[in-house]
Amino acid sequence: MDLSHISLTDAAELLRSRSLSAVELTRHFLNRIETTDPTLNAFITVDAAGALAAAEAADLRLAQGQATPLTGIPLAIKDLFCTQGLRTTCASKMLQHFVPPYESTVTRRLKAAGAVVLGKTNMDEFAMGSSNETSFFGPVRNPWDHDRTPGGSSGGSAAATAAGLCLAAIGTDTGGSIRQPAALTGTTGLKPTYGRVSRYGMIAFASSLDQAGPMTRSVADAATLLQAMAGHDPLDSTSIDAPVPDYQSGLTTSMRGMRIGIPAEYFADGLADSVRRGVEQAMETFRSLGAQCLSLSLPSTAYAIPTYYIIAPAEASSNLARYDGIRFGHRCADPQDLQEMYARSRSEGFGAEVKRRIMLGTYVLSSGYYDAYYRKAQKVRRLIADDFQSAFTQVDLLLTPTTPETAFRIGEKNSDPVQMYLSDIFTINVNLAGLPGLSLPCGFDENNLPVGVQLIGRPLQEATLLAAGHAFQQVTDWHLRRPS
Amino acid sequence: MSIDAQTVKHVATLARLQASPTEVEAYAEQLSRILTLMETLNSLPTEGVMPMSHAVDIPIPERDDVVCHTDQREALLACAADTDQGHFRVPKIIE
Repeated sequence: MDLSHISLTDAAELLRSRSLSAVELTRHFLNRIETTDPTLNAFITVDAAGALAAAEAADLRLAQGQATPLTGIPLAIKDLFCTQGLRTTCASKMLQHFVPPYESTVTRRLKAAGAVVLGKTNMDEFAMGSSNETSFFGPVRNPWDHDRTPGGSSGGSAAATAAGLCLAAIGTDTGGSIRQPAALTGTTGLKPTYGRVSRYGMIAFASSLDQAGPMTRSVADAATLLQAMAGHDPLDSTSIDAPVPDYQSGLTTSMRGMRIGIPAEYFADGLADSVRRGVEQAMETFRSLGAQCLSLSLPSTAYAIPTYYIIAPAEASSNLARYDGIRFGHRCADPQDLQEMYARSRSEGFGAEVKRRIMLGTYVLSSGYYDAYYRKAQKVRRLIADDFQSAFTQVDLLLTPTTPETAFRIGEKNSDPVQMYLSDIFTINVNLAGLPGLSLPCGFDENNLPVGVQLIGRPLQEATLLAAGHAFQQVTDWHLRRPS
Repeated sequence: MSIDAQTVKHVATLARLQASPTEVEAYAEQLSRILTLMETLNSLPTEGVMPMSHAVDIPIPERDDVVCHTDQREALLACAADTDQGHFRVPKIIE
């Protein structure tokens, strides 16, 4: 059996039946990382000692019959979740040597369930980017074509999952950072409803948009991970206090009679033919499963990019003000005074894209421009959210392409910020409205690069998204294809 | 919208960032292009629309202000670049 690509359910069964130990499984992935990752660059930090210790503890728990579905399961964690005692860099020189004194709620929950953390994955610096090229630790390569990006910002998590360097990974999504790399690497990525998963201990980028979610090789695996991640957390004031349904048992919900909306704005010019074909084929598959596809309009769609690139940098400029060189993070050498220390520490510690967004955010929040940009964007954000709300009075789900094109080449867009921002065009609306979104593999283009389809649901309706995704993966095999 | 070098320098000061003359020029060009993209919002009427500051409309929870996680001084100081006798050390502020 090829351990590298087995499902979480199969792995848990092997572990429970003791045909495989958690230490053996963990060693398998540590070896894979050692041989494959020098090419992919998916990991910033590999914690072999910590992983093996966690695997030994998992074996003990398995032997005592106290296992959860995640006990002994090796995972990769985006290097944006604070892990106590394990370096957390956010792919920035600013946090190159930062060892958090506390644990994020997401990793605490996963570890409590017995999961094994293999290491911390590469990403765009402070999650600002769509190609993983802004990482201080160098770009991640797409396992399907090493000259191309895996997308971003959770590109390391996506590449590690696609290449079988872990059983699954955790990412975060502020404007598409789980779904876009999932689409570009042929993996499954879920961004839950804003507030479904705690943000405590996630290094903040844009606090009203950030959300953590699973990146996996199947919807069933995503359901298992979300089960462990979701739930109210008093440590995050925006965490939603609502019951968490049983996602696994909800997977078998029938698609018969499900109404799926197809927003016309997502199929306009600029959509690559190969993506259009894949997504239209997915529509056909859902029809054959008994769903009904209805055309509709989300008229404010075109305004999402400018809205997002006002709101996200504004929040980022405020969040990143904490990096002052004093309490943690990079400090410049021999500053003459305090002001020089702030400015030089920040200028040396942040990369070009992060600085550009801080500048942009500072500008739109500055005196005289606040109403023209920030306030205006907050109003348009309301219109975008209203569009979705009105669509969901007619349909249960929306179906769109995840990205306008398949994986682009490393270096292709990084000289032009506007071009790069446009690659998020189909995902950022979902963050602005706070809705759950799921990206599924739905085909390949002429260069054998994966195509992704996105399903969008009502707030807190992750179970509906997962059921639809699971039904799709029962009758298609795109998610089972692997890079050579 | 075009941003000039003077504005870039002002914003850099507000953001506590240094910008070399080359960077000022690059920021001016890039930020101007990004702001042009943003100005497409002006064509959308938004009079009377309530600004949306958060994705989920839930009341902000309150809790008692209770001391917890005491005695973290060493752990927190360990994150800093320069400390001395249990304090963060910074350049002299007052002569």
